[in-house]
Amino acid sequence: MGTMNAIEVDNLTKLFGDFTAVNHLDFKVKNGEIFGFLGPNGAGKTTTVRMLTGIIKPSSGKVSIMGLDVRRDPIKAKQIMGVVPELSNAYTELTAWNNLQFMAELYGVPKKDARQRAEELLRKFDLYERKDHKVRIFSKGMKQKLILAMSLMNDPEILFLDEPTSGLDVMSARLIKDMVLELNKEGKTIFLTTHYMEEANQLCNKIAVINHGKIAAIDAPEKLKMKVGGLEWVEISFNTPVDISDFHTMPGVIDVRMSGDKLRLYTDEPGRMVYQLVDYSRSNDLEIVTLNTLTPTLEDVFIKLTGDVK
Amino acid sequence: MIDQLKRAYAIAKKDVRIYYLRGPVIIFGVLFPLFLFMAFMIGRDLPVEFLIAGLLGMTVFFTSTSVTPVIAPTETQTRNLERLAACPVSISTILLGDMLASVLFGIGISLVPIIVGMAIGVTVTHPFILAMGIILAAFCFSAMGLIFSSTPTSMTSTVMMISTMVKFPLVFISGIFIPIGELPQWGQVLASASPLTYITDLCRYSFQGTNYYPIWMDIAALVIFLIIFMTAAVKLHDKSLPKRL
Repeated sequence: MGTMNAIEVDNLTKLFGDFTAVNHLDFKVKNGEIFGFLGPNGAGKTTTVRMLTGIIKPSSGKVSIMGLDVRRDPIKAKQIMGVVPELSNAYTELTAWNNLQFMAELYGVPKKDARQRAEELLRKFDLYERKDHKVRIFSKGMKQKLILAMSLMNDPEILFLDEPTSGLDVMSARLIKDMVLELNKEGKTIFLTTHYMEEANQLCNKIAVINHGKIAAIDAPEKLKMKVGGLEWVEISFNTPVDISDFHTMPGVIDVRMSGDKLRLYTDEPGRMVYQLVDYSRSNDLEIVTLNTLTPTLEDVFIKLTGDVK
Repeated sequence: MIDQLKRAYAIAKKDVRIYYLRGPVIIFGVLFPLFLFMAFMIGRDLPVEFLIAGLLGMTVFFTSTSVTPVIAPTETQTRNLERLAACPVSISTILLGDMLASVLFGIGISLVPIIVGMAIGVTVTHPFILAMGIILAAFCFSAMGLIFSSTPTSMTSTVMMISTMVKFPLVFISGIFIPIGELPQWGQVLASASPLTYITDLCRYSFQGTNYYPIWMDIAALVIFLIIFMTAAVKLHDKSLPKRL
């Protein structure tokens, strides 16, 4: 079980009429991983998650969850998943407690275990005092915490979270992120769809960027940042203005741009560039005011891969 | 299989908690048949057994078709459906759960005309046939309601409009206000195509001892309609569910 893939996606495609929402996706998520699934709006993220969780059927291709074919064995596969769909809701006319018990019944959790688990989860999410209140009067943050608690009632092996912190205040989002890390520590595999790059950067072991229904890149966050080479730069400012053309000829410089009183030198070798700049300042009798090396953020990677900004 | 049945029961319990007191359920399931019945009864000199049998048939029809059409569009609108679809339950289980809630509502409300009838001196000559007929009809009409709710909309009013368009004509061709035997030939042919005809016939038999069709035929017809409606409902919902998300 330890080295087994939790999720295996093979040639997954979804067509809506003539429109290809998801185009021959292939990827694997290892057991115990937090896998981030990023992409712009309309890239096919939610459609993919819905196919992985057996909510909709793919047009072609295969999804395996812990070795179970989702198409052939949807009930068994769903039994070991916890799902927080993107725009889902708890039953607002039921109490928090009844919502949790309803989930337990749908997953066949024995009554005694269900009661114990509901109590634990409600306490963990700081909702225990509100357990007998109808969800109708809950805030958005409380509702989202309850939905996450509902997805955990069956003690799933894999958790699918589609934009779990979207629209939440800082504290609620933080609580959910902490919970994700805690659940992962307990050994659960997490499939996380998010718009928040920083969230993906902090939480995920691996990230797939999806665009126009295809995987644009898939790797560990730091490796992804390295892959988009040329986006690293060294930012420097001197005590007196300098001639920008001096820098174009420096070895390793890809591009030079002025940014206020600072010079930005784009390069693949920021370390080497620093030495050259120090040499330059000495030979021209200049004083360095600021010197920073900057690596691309996940957002830079995302923008480059999804091509939304020139 | 047993697991899925237990889960269907959980869905039915949820439906009972949430949907029984919804406006459209009360209006279309309780008030509507009552007023319709009063409009036809007042001023007509018909035996009370005939009226109670008709009222009972109509009640089980309207009540059983009033819960199921409300659930799917409401859950589409309130975004509960995706959560439900992610659970380890099949479409048939979800529909069976909704149907059970509807059946219980249909049977429960149908007891009212029976009790009223008995209070004013009407005797039930064949209680076993009556009970079986009502249960069967409640299942059959609940499945019919599921067909209406397969329209992929989040508007309950749209589903109610479609269901009323079908239900109203059925009331007039099913021997509730006019005995089937007194209908013209074409009316009798039309009546045979309505499931409501058969439960009304069973009610007449149970209260008055008179029937137009053989009893076995009434029961067989209701079973056949139930199978057809349920099969169609599962197929239609299977198709419409992705459109609701």
